[in-house]
Amino acid sequence: MKVLPAMGLALLLGLAAVPARAIVEGRDVQPQDFASEAEKQRFRHLIKDLRCTVCQNQNLADSNAALARDLRRKILDQIQAGKSDQEIMEFLVARYGDFVLYRPPFKRSTWFLWLGPFLFLLVAVAILVAVIRRRAAAPAALSAEERARLDAALRRAAKDRSAS
Amino acid sequence: MKARTLVPLAVFLLLVGLLYAGLHLNPREIPSPLIGRPAPEFSLPRVEDTGRTFSRTDLLGQVTLVNAWASWCVSCRAEHDTLMAIAREGRVKIYGINYKDELADARRYLARLGNPYVTSGHDLSGSVGIDWGVIATPETFLVDPRGIIRYKHTGPMTLQVWREKIVPLIENIRAETGAPAGAKEARRG
Repeated sequence: MKVLPAMGLALLLGLAAVPARAIVEGRDVQPQDFASEAEKQRFRHLIKDLRCTVCQNQNLADSNAALARDLRRKILDQIQAGKSDQEIMEFLVARYGDFVLYRPPFKRSTWFLWLGPFLFLLVAVAILVAVIRRRAAAPAALSAEERARLDAALRRAAKDRSAS
Repeated sequence: MKARTLVPLAVFLLLVGLLYAGLHLNPREIPSPLIGRPAPEFSLPRVEDTGRTFSRTDLLGQVTLVNAWASWCVSCRAEHDTLMAIAREGRVKIYGINYKDELADARRYLARLGNPYVTSGHDLSGSVGIDWGVIATPETFLVDPRGIIRYKHTGPMTLQVWREKIVPLIENIRAETGAPAGAKEARRG
């Protein structure tokens, strides 16, 4: 029974013995780093459409990951070096693939991603149209025999009502 | 009529199949666009001796593994014994990119756990890591004698990945380039 606390203590001491280390962090982009409002807008626009590859479901604008910070820095450096948006996107795609783009290009591997929802919509509309058509095609008028049965039923009902 | 009632069931089963397949996909495995492309140019101070540089030309003329690592990276520690074993096997030389690490920490890490690398470049800013498309350490690249990246493994290297994926690729590269298969390069260790 005394073994467990002893083990816990040993574990704590072991953890404490590991020197504290941190990832070397570069300086993040600061508001004063922008030379102009236009530059800031371009930067914001770019990082909004780029995915953080570490955290995957965040864009570069929202992510706090060290790599996202480094990439923001890299993007600003490139803007200030006079690179076009196109060139900056290509820089990132060359390293991380189309995965970094929240709007991947339309090509063989992505056609289903782009067109899939529309295909599903098309199928749904086709089914809807088929169902509506079938319902509309159902015979509206009663046959002579059905008419006679209906009349008989109505007469019976009227008789029951007057009898009660 | 009967066939039509089975349609929703078929659609449902298809969906289950897709979701089941999705369970076994690893979202961390992002295909690298660098495979089949020349390894990026770089030049870094060496961790062991910052007066000397480690650059892309050091990789040429031999099959190499380039491993991005850091002393702060827990998974790197997990793969360290495997890297040591691969280095001892002597089939390829391993080079390191010491990613966003303090020099003293990196040196202490290698001194304590052993050094499987011929040399490691000290990439303090992480910019060489960005050029290699490193997302999260550890990542391991297989580079052929012409400096072309042939394979990338994301996450800790295991002996299974080494034997089943990387060794066959090394044999292929050796066959292509006419280098003696399984040439053992002596290593000091």
